[in-house]
Amino acid sequence: MLDEGYVTADGRQIGGVMMDMRGITLRFGGVEAIKNISFDIREGEIRAIIGPNGAGKSSMLNVISGFYNPQEGEVWFHGKRRPPMKPFQVARQGIARTFQNIALFEGMTVLDNVMTGRLTQMKSGMLAQAIWKGKAEREETANREIVEKIIDFLEIQAIRKTPVGRLPYGLKKRVELARALAAEPKLLLLDEPMAGMNVEEKEDMSRFILDVNDEFGTTIALIEHDMGVVMDLSDRVVVMDYGRKIGDGTPDEVRNNQEVIDAYLGVAHD
Amino acid sequence: MATGQPQAGPVSIPALLARNVAQHGAKAAYREKEFGIWQSWSWAEAAQEIDALALGLLTLGADVGDHIAIVGRNRPALYWAMVAAQKAGCVPVPLYQDAAAEEVAYALDHCGARFAIVGDQEQVDKIDEVRDQLTELEHVIYLDGRGLRKYDHAAMTSYADVQAAGRASDMASTMAERIAVLDYDSTCVMLYTSGTTGRPKGVVLSNRNVIETSRNSSDFDHLKAGDEVLAYLPMAWVGDFIFSIGQAMWAGFCVNCPESPDTMQSDLREIGPTYYFAPPRVFETQLTNVMIRMEDAGRFKKWLFHKYMAVGRRVGPRLLDGKDVSFSDRLQYRLADWLVIGPLKNTLGLSRVRVGYTAGEAIGPEIFDFYRALGINLKQLYGQTEATVFITQQPDGEVRSDTVGVPSPGVELRIAENGEVFYRSPGVFVEYYKNADSTASTKDAEGWVATGDAGFIEESSGHLRIIDRAKDVGKMADGALFAPKYVENKLKFYPNILEAVVFGADRDRCTAFINIDLTAVGNWAERNNIAYSSYQELSQHPQVLDTIAGHVAEVNASVAADPMLAGCQVHRFLVLHKELDADDGEMTRTRKVRRRIVEEKFSDLIAALYDGKSEIYTETEVTYEDGRKGKITATLDIRDAVVAPAAQVAAE
Repeated sequence: MLDEGYVTADGRQIGGVMMDMRGITLRFGGVEAIKNISFDIREGEIRAIIGPNGAGKSSMLNVISGFYNPQEGEVWFHGKRRPPMKPFQVARQGIARTFQNIALFEGMTVLDNVMTGRLTQMKSGMLAQAIWKGKAEREETANREIVEKIIDFLEIQAIRKTPVGRLPYGLKKRVELARALAAEPKLLLLDEPMAGMNVEEKEDMSRFILDVNDEFGTTIALIEHDMGVVMDLSDRVVVMDYGRKIGDGTPDEVRNNQEVIDAYLGVAHD
Repeated sequence: MATGQPQAGPVSIPALLARNVAQHGAKAAYREKEFGIWQSWSWAEAAQEIDALALGLLTLGADVGDHIAIVGRNRPALYWAMVAAQKAGCVPVPLYQDAAAEEVAYALDHCGARFAIVGDQEQVDKIDEVRDQLTELEHVIYLDGRGLRKYDHAAMTSYADVQAAGRASDMASTMAERIAVLDYDSTCVMLYTSGTTGRPKGVVLSNRNVIETSRNSSDFDHLKAGDEVLAYLPMAWVGDFIFSIGQAMWAGFCVNCPESPDTMQSDLREIGPTYYFAPPRVFETQLTNVMIRMEDAGRFKKWLFHKYMAVGRRVGPRLLDGKDVSFSDRLQYRLADWLVIGPLKNTLGLSRVRVGYTAGEAIGPEIFDFYRALGINLKQLYGQTEATVFITQQPDGEVRSDTVGVPSPGVELRIAENGEVFYRSPGVFVEYYKNADSTASTKDAEGWVATGDAGFIEESSGHLRIIDRAKDVGKMADGALFAPKYVENKLKFYPNILEAVVFGADRDRCTAFINIDLTAVGNWAERNNIAYSSYQELSQHPQVLDTIAGHVAEVNASVAADPMLAGCQVHRFLVLHKELDADDGEMTRTRKVRRRIVEEKFSDLIAALYDGKSEIYTETEVTYEDGRKGKITATLDIRDAVVAPAAQVAAE
């Protein structure tokens, strides 16, 4: 499929296909978590994956991030077929993620946590880092600069030196986003970035997601339960149910798709 | 007015800036923490930034006398914008950054601003929302472009782009001409008063007002180049304008801006200001935090803290006032400083404070004493926008929690028949913009300005004491002075009491409603195993009532010590079954009691306070947060309070 993308309702130019999932099937023993799903993610867009519990959304994200290798199907990234990879190799390709259950280093400060996001970019060896002279020192300074810009961007200056374990949930989520951004990803995967948040926190997070996309041009794929949020944020939505894809399109198209309404929003029982 | 031009001194802020560049060129003038590092600008660098912006404004077509609105949090670039506006011959009009869109619209429309210089997207959105009502607004200049990429830039430019256009322009001679005509009577700034009644008014301050006041007050407290302030209070407030622009320019000290509003406390610690202003609320919160953390500390630390804070309380204020202190007390204070006071001051970021001020509201004596015990030279001042801040202030060594000090240099005071305080000074404002009626009713032909506050000058010390808003001060049936807020403030200083409303105008004695503070009283109940199921139940608990009765008796004793106000002692009181609430209209949104409404709504309770009943059954309508209405019923105990005998008036 050769094309130049499309223009969104708010006037953003969306580019060509960045990530193309072709006929992905993922099994755990006899359980088929994902059944022959194909969809693509385009350069610069905000792509949502929605579906009821157990639909296979997180599994799909794990396939993209290289945590699972599907039994069938191909993952194409930037026009090349991606061989089975380990997550760290995927990360080096410019894909970063956050987790559904926060996975931060609780005892470390916010700053240190975000700095770990720069790990894939650090080149000096362990010994050089331990001595911390010359190249290692320069590298750390350069990385710190990038991290500080992200801290500023996400407005978490006030907690820079606070251990993550002492932070409330909503802020931890923001720190996780900061760490993912520190890797300067081309594609950012967000697994339920707004789960368990109150309305105000959700609004803040939505604004940050839009700003990241706008400011850094980062392509974003996110899983989310809150339908309102998904419909407001995303350019295109994939809907999954029991491992199958039952809908794909703009929020409006998806909202009016009967199968989606039945599966996700529930069918009236009379 | 009588005062003429100063002896060859600078007569405008741009002139002061030029003087500072010549005298202190390479010294730090502004600092701001960004990306985790304190960035600084010397006077020379700041002047270049200001010039670039001023020239940029000229290229956009800024005319002499234009108003330029400035909205955003405290940042060096916005302080520069104020001076740049003056250099372009315009008048800066800083507005509150948290004002709602319609308030911003009112101000922009009222002053006819053609340009607005704003901090970020939030402010741009606010102006966008009301832009169709603003026919005169031509251009918005924003500092932080984040999130604005997709906005229509036809009438919007970034601050940096305006500066770049200015640098590339050839308007330098125009700018020089516009600076050259600025004199002592040119408008320096226009500030909108928050306006508790009616629409906000634009207070026009001249260069004379700002520079004379800055000079007098800087001399009063020996402010000098090398002092440091942290600029964190709203830029639209006259105090910030005087501290961060007037005095900073006059004395040549450095203005530090926090990284974000949330980092103020840690930035304060890193900067360690030598000159510091905070409203009572800030000091109160800090003290509460210290106390809560001490409650959680180990037994030894607690013992150490209390032992040496006691030394501090005894010796600290005496040392500050330069009184005689015995050798052993000095030694003990030194030890206390080393063990407790020094580290605590450092944690609070107040280690280097040489001059600290608080104003705006009454400050509780125990809060005041705590900071004085730490050896912090915390003083009170009394002022208003119309006076370019300073009316009275406390000199070093004459500091008390119940006065607001002696008239500031150059200020004359007069107390009217009804107790209202009037003043006249070089800082007296020029006029309310486009509001000659209000100007005339506030300022008389001789330049005396009514403060709207009632007070008296203490004969023994010459200090001014403010007792209440003039319109709330009344007379009791026997002609004695009735100052409800004076008594209410004393009551509210007790942590258990959240709010108090005192009645007594035209009556033979005073009575009061009291609201308990659920946090403090609830905490106390928990520690004493007192079970309660609701606010209402807790408020009527006999032990709670006993405690409150104790507080009222103490307040009565202290009120009685003042012969003029002894009649205001509270004879009977009741504890209300609900918190006074803005949703029910009983308070303003800024938590000031609406006396009339409370009087109407609870007229049955007031009647009961005066007819000798010991309890009363009442029904009250309440509004829930979501707007639904409900009714609560309660039977309230009415208690008699212990009243102290009035001090002998003849004692003087």
